[in-house]
Amino acid sequence: MHRYIVNRVLLLIPTLVGAAAVVFVLMRLIPGDICVLRLGSGGMSVNPRAIALCHAELGLDRPLIVQFLDFVWGFFRLDFGISMWSGKPVAEEIAARLPISLEIAVMATVIAILIAIPLGTISALKQNSWIDHVVRTVAIAGIATPSFWLGIVSLLAVLSISHAIFGAPWMPPIDYVPFWQDPLHNLSVAILPALTVGYRYSAVTMRMTRSAMLEVLREDYIRTARAKGLVERLIVNRHALKNALLPVVTLIGIEFAFLIGGLVVTEQVFNINGVGRLLVLAIQNQDYTLTQALVMLTVAIFVLANLVVDLLYAWLDPRIRFA
Amino acid sequence: MIRKSGLAAAGLGAVFCVATVAAPAAAETPKRGGILTYMIPADAPPSFDGHRETTFATVHAAAPFYSVLIRVNPNNPSSTTDFVCDLCTEMPTPTDDGKTYTFKIRQGVKFHDGTPLTAYDVAASWRKIISPPEGVSSARQSYYAIVDKLETPDPATVVFRLKFATGAFLPALADPFTWIYKKAILDKDPHWYEKNIMGSGPFKLAGYEVGQSIKGVRNPDYYHPGQPYLDGFTGIFAPKQAVRVDAIRADRAAGEFRGLPPSARDQLQQELGDKVVMQSSDWNCGNVITPNHKKKPFDDVRVRRALTLAIDQWHGAPALAKIANVKTVGGIVFPGSPLAATKEELQTLAGYWPDIEKSRAEARRLLKEAGVEGLAFDLLNRNIDQPYKFVATWLIDEWSKVGLRVTQRVVPTGPWYESMRSGNFDVVVEASCNSVVNPLLDVQKYLPHTVFTENYGNYEDQQLIDVYQKMLRETDGAKQRALMRDFEKRVLDTEAHEMVMTYWNRIIPLRSYVKGWKIGPSHYLNQDLANVWLDK
Amino acid sequence: MVDLAPPYVPTAAAAAESPRSLRAGIIGFCRRQPLGTVGLVVVMVMAAAGLSAEWIAPYSPTSNNFAAMTEAPSWAHLMGTDQFGRDLFSRIIFGARTALIVGFSCAIIGGLAGLVLGVASAYFGGRLDLLLQRVFDVVMAFPLIIMALAVVAVFGSGVYNVIVAITIPLIPRCARVVRSSALAIREVPYIDAARACGFGHTRIILRHMVPNVLAPFLIMLTAFVGQAILAEASLSYLGLGVQEPTAAWGLMLQGGAEEYASTAPWIAVFPGAAIALTVFGFSLFGDALRDVLDPRLRDR
Repeated sequence: MHRYIVNRVLLLIPTLVGAAAVVFVLMRLIPGDICVLRLGSGGMSVNPRAIALCHAELGLDRPLIVQFLDFVWGFFRLDFGISMWSGKPVAEEIAARLPISLEIAVMATVIAILIAIPLGTISALKQNSWIDHVVRTVAIAGIATPSFWLGIVSLLAVLSISHAIFGAPWMPPIDYVPFWQDPLHNLSVAILPALTVGYRYSAVTMRMTRSAMLEVLREDYIRTARAKGLVERLIVNRHALKNALLPVVTLIGIEFAFLIGGLVVTEQVFNINGVGRLLVLAIQNQDYTLTQALVMLTVAIFVLANLVVDLLYAWLDPRIRFA
Repeated sequence: MIRKSGLAAAGLGAVFCVATVAAPAAAETPKRGGILTYMIPADAPPSFDGHRETTFATVHAAAPFYSVLIRVNPNNPSSTTDFVCDLCTEMPTPTDDGKTYTFKIRQGVKFHDGTPLTAYDVAASWRKIISPPEGVSSARQSYYAIVDKLETPDPATVVFRLKFATGAFLPALADPFTWIYKKAILDKDPHWYEKNIMGSGPFKLAGYEVGQSIKGVRNPDYYHPGQPYLDGFTGIFAPKQAVRVDAIRADRAAGEFRGLPPSARDQLQQELGDKVVMQSSDWNCGNVITPNHKKKPFDDVRVRRALTLAIDQWHGAPALAKIANVKTVGGIVFPGSPLAATKEELQTLAGYWPDIEKSRAEARRLLKEAGVEGLAFDLLNRNIDQPYKFVATWLIDEWSKVGLRVTQRVVPTGPWYESMRSGNFDVVVEASCNSVVNPLLDVQKYLPHTVFTENYGNYEDQQLIDVYQKMLRETDGAKQRALMRDFEKRVLDTEAHEMVMTYWNRIIPLRSYVKGWKIGPSHYLNQDLANVWLDK
Repeated sequence: MVDLAPPYVPTAAAAAESPRSLRAGIIGFCRRQPLGTVGLVVVMVMAAAGLSAEWIAPYSPTSNNFAAMTEAPSWAHLMGTDQFGRDLFSRIIFGARTALIVGFSCAIIGGLAGLVLGVASAYFGGRLDLLLQRVFDVVMAFPLIIMALAVVAVFGSGVYNVIVAITIPLIPRCARVVRSSALAIREVPYIDAARACGFGHTRIILRHMVPNVLAPFLIMLTAFVGQAILAEASLSYLGLGVQEPTAAWGLMLQGGAEEYASTAPWIAVFPGAAIALTVFGFSLFGDALRDVLDPRLRDR
């Protein structure tokens, strides 16, 4: 067990270095020059000397291998460098935008858990009944609907309905204030994107809960419990749910990491000044340092989440532990 | 000479004024107070240094904090010839055969930190723009290449000495990015203004949240009496158009100052009625179609002429105007300027003939003669909807009517620049955006690469350069206009170097309680918000 | 994304059924899995529309008609027109073709590549397995947008490049699931017996391992088609997908649709509904397939 943990942790390093290499190469494959972008918007005349100056300033004139090593070494020291576009430290740029993205992600997860687990359980208990069909349909609809379309439509709906009821259209605020400053303002900014993202999240979780519950309910020990005459509700809560939740929890953990990437589109729709939007911006601006840092962060979160989930699984499931 | 042509130009300018306001504004007394919340249609600007940046995001965010030497008249921004003083006391008459401009600087102006502003600060800022020190970049350096010397004989006078007299200087001086910084700070650190703000404008910085919003409060020591009327402002960064329209609808913000497309105007008017006021104006921006002269068969002038003859500008414009933010058909000069071609003059040029059937027949004949009937090529375009992609979709359809098979190659901005600079394209949809309407400088864009580095057509044309140099130095208004017609004919017709598409159209919706702001031909102009007030 | 289906050991009954009972099998399927049948029907309708687009579409999907811009749905234009005056109904039908080409190509290419890699990784184990696992980790953690932007920026936009951009993230997901199924079979006696007989690796993989991971693989394929269509929609929304004037559902949702969402909602509603409906159909069918093929989930 210990060796397994140590092995997995050590394997993180080549994974991260590999990801760093891929993002480094990918970004530089994209044709375009941040200096031209910055100095030449609008088609005005750009001084070639100014561009050369800009390159020197940003360290773009160094050999590629030096740039790469600088990047990787900096990452392991947790020094993410300076954003090429704005000149501010990358950590500052990300820190300014992380709270709202995190808030939406957490809210979406909470929504997903609150809706999905009860519904998935009921759907499994009453398999092939009309409740099961309805829940399954709703879940699949959640996976099938493009999230940005849902966002557009929901915003439209809020505007139209508020116009119809109150006479004046109401829309959530477009600027962000931290929760402690004005909780109502803060929540109204986050609620629609959280619902949009949460719907899909809960749909996936619902399906997983259902199939995990179905599997557990067929196990012998459930049959034994029923034969013993235990009340159905106790069977579900004490035996079935705990065992079924294992794969569900691992799914939630992994989907959370995907959420960060999924926020990209949602933040565009709702004009959220979050990490997803920052990523799109960084790529469009060809801001190597910022993009690299954000991608590495996403990769690191995903890989760590995977690791934690696998370890948790191994620890909680005695069958795997003693395999 | 300059004065005479100036007056004549002003007269023509009044005739050509093309701004319209939906609701006529009676002369009301401005009310003091209130915070204006508006949206900036961009993500955060790369820096706050107006001398260095070229994006409107910098102007919309930081112009309220700074003063300039002269500017477009904020009460008449649609005029292309009405320039007034901001920091100077009166508009000077050029002396010394039109080569010397002497400005007297206002007394009693203070920076936001309390220190006085003198001619030395003005000169230091302008020196940074005209001839930046090592390691500092100035985006508009080339505009001021005609400046020979900049002198400050005393703390209240700035003197510009030019190399030769030209009507292009004064409009160039009114550029909205030429903010006046404090000399003491520039001496210590010329990069300080990139991340910091300290000016002498109508508002002081009250807060900036990265990518989120910028806030300003009234500067009580502002030198224009009574202004600013607002207590403060909040600029919210909102790059998504649909969000901006919804926000105006729900009064989360009073408006934005770049421009919304016709669909937004229709929607807002339908829903808000008289709670929103629309202002619209021709925009000093347009799309230019540039064939790559180094790629066969675009080195053949017949093929290029065929491309422009196939396009039905006169009928396309009104149709496009309903869905895209374009409107007026024009030549290489902004349609509201005295130097622009009249409709009759335009109709003599290829691509503007009134009879489109005749034009297309000629196009087909030329293609056949050049041996490239049914030519297939790529149209390189930038990944922005309004109006780039709309214009391109329309163009492809137009070209298909003479048998040309064109596919669109859409790339993000970075690769778009890169492809243009490396000549890796057949035909490209470019954009040309300028701030102050200054035709003599604006048409530099059509000069070959050797003279104007941002020309991507890859062509040589000494004759064109000669005409331009003559025009730049010509002081007689009528002769200058004739030279401009020659220049235009050569660019658009004889050599068909580039094709000018419909000029963009700015539509600015503002909630009806916002008063005082008037629309101009450029989204870079008139953004210091000093004369804006709220009728609430 | 894809459910993490728990690995299972297939019984011999999961193998192909004899042709005589195929018809009975289909009818039984329809009766037991009504939702799945609905899904199958939806998919077949979309496929038929896409295949016969030229014959059933009333107008050309790409020619502009400035006389009829943003018209509401009427008898002349069943779903209205968009901002260029193009008939929306025709564009949706041709869009079905684009969607299915993208969906099936990505699913099949990604699925096959994932199948090979997953089985090889499980079968050979050891260092190959370790290396492939890390590569999969890296690719899966990458946001789709970066991959797509890089592919598009370097190779240009267009259907083929979109397919490449979407297929890449699908491969490791398929490989993961296939691998976990294959791992369960690796130790089964008949594999050992085959090895003892001296059969080559290729033969054992193709003849014995692959057929037994087919069930989860097929289910993944149906899920992939749906995900590929959604991914194309997202990419087009960000401007990185198929380009104008091609008719593609994701592209139709971008730009003009959002602009006109209040004044001409049909421009956004119909393509979005088409995407949702198609992915819905594939998912329903895939779910039903899993219920049928996974013996443990069958009713007792």
